[in-house]
Amino acid sequence: MPHERSHIVSSFEQELEQLRAMMVKIGRIVEEQVGLALRAISDHDESAAEEATRLDPEVDELEREVESLVIRLLALRSPMGADLREIVAALKITGDLERIGDYAASIARKAIKAASGDGQISLSGLRSMGRLVKENLGRTVDAVIAHDANQAMEVWHADRGVDEHYVTVFRELVTYMIEDARNIRACTELLFIAKNLERIGDHATNVAERVYYAVTGENLPTTRPRGGSPTRSLGSDEDVG
Amino acid sequence: MTSASMSPASPSGREPAQDVALAVRDLNFHYGTHHALHGISLDFPARCVTAMIGPSGCGKSTLLRVFNKIYALYPGQRATGEVMFDGRNILDDSINLDMLRSRIGMVFQKPTPFPMSIYDNIAFGVRLHEKLNRTEMDERVQDVLTRVALWNEVRDRLNAPATGLSGGQQQRLCIARSIATRPEVLLLDEPTSALDPISTARIEELLDELKEEFTIAIVTHNMQQAARCADRVAFFYLGRLVEVDTADRIFTNPREKQTQDYITGRFG
Repeated sequence: MPHERSHIVSSFEQELEQLRAMMVKIGRIVEEQVGLALRAISDHDESAAEEATRLDPEVDELEREVESLVIRLLALRSPMGADLREIVAALKITGDLERIGDYAASIARKAIKAASGDGQISLSGLRSMGRLVKENLGRTVDAVIAHDANQAMEVWHADRGVDEHYVTVFRELVTYMIEDARNIRACTELLFIAKNLERIGDHATNVAERVYYAVTGENLPTTRPRGGSPTRSLGSDEDVG
Repeated sequence: MTSASMSPASPSGREPAQDVALAVRDLNFHYGTHHALHGISLDFPARCVTAMIGPSGCGKSTLLRVFNKIYALYPGQRATGEVMFDGRNILDDSINLDMLRSRIGMVFQKPTPFPMSIYDNIAFGVRLHEKLNRTEMDERVQDVLTRVALWNEVRDRLNAPATGLSGGQQQRLCIARSIATRPEVLLLDEPTSALDPISTARIEELLDELKEEFTIAIVTHNMQQAARCADRVAFFYLGRLVEVDTADRIFTNPREKQTQDYITGRFG
């Protein structure tokens, strides 16, 4: 998508560059938030959890800045073709990234609450789910920055692994709760965390779809290969958390 | 998708069956030794607005001029190939130019009212082709002035000189004059480039109404205008047709890189 030639109107080109720089910034902050949230889960690191929450307003502020720049570009530059797609995609991607940041902050807070359990519960499934989510998000943000449609498609497919992890973690946690009712409180927090990680994965695939559209002008299929859902055998899977 | 699931009007199964008003095939045009159009093949679907865009000198106005054979006035200008209109190739020498121009009307960049009254500007062309009595002519004048949304502004001064109208009014009068002879095709060469935004919006609104009945070909330098008005857009560069597609496709995701560079303002 980055054009081989620059725009005849150099101030328009500068504004596009400004928009791209804002996307890099918001993407990297959200990635950092997710990393901090994972540290809060793994290491019960309270300062990491606080830091993840503290970054939230910064992301919100950047989202507003992107929004007003996009509106200005649409109103004043009447962008067409790839420029139009890129600018609209930036607006929507920012919305998804902001949601991801919210989920990360929420995970961080829940991680500290869940940590007050007695250490009976294995977090290995949740950790590896978290690693995959973070890796996919990182590659998604890279695809945003590099305008890389192929990478966007790869991470779009890779979310299947996150869904599969979610099913496994869900069953694991339910098993802990069945075994011992004293696990219920911590496991409930961990279930919300798993659900939030799964939602982060979904928003990352939304971002990947928008990158793909912005770069190629074509849409990815409306339905993505999914890695199954725990609801088929276990309870309700309404959007929680 | 089978054709059975489509409306009966679309045997091709792709889009509603569309008759073609003008079919251009392998058209070449020369201004003396200058080869201005190279092997253009392009359909103008009936009752659609087709916009032609491209940088200056790309051949879009030349193509418009071919359709009503204005070039025939100038020695050294010649067109070869085919432009099929109502079953005949209009490039044939046997084509009656008066008849052709009454069926393919043209509106120019600058309003060109005749130095006569508003009424006669419209009646003049009609009288050449039809014998109408006074009442019929009055009706015709009122009808076309109403359709170009000029009637209310000029009904009390039909005998005043047309040159006293504002630019936007003059241009609407010229469009009224063009449609008064009931043409099938309306050619517009940058019809709003000399008008203010309100007059421009009126003309664009008018095109939307006129396309119910006429086939419209418009040359414009204003891409937003092409995006607003046109069903189909053809991009020309250096005398060649680079790409033609729906306006939606051309302005969101054109197939050709040259088109992409042009519409996004990256043309070197």
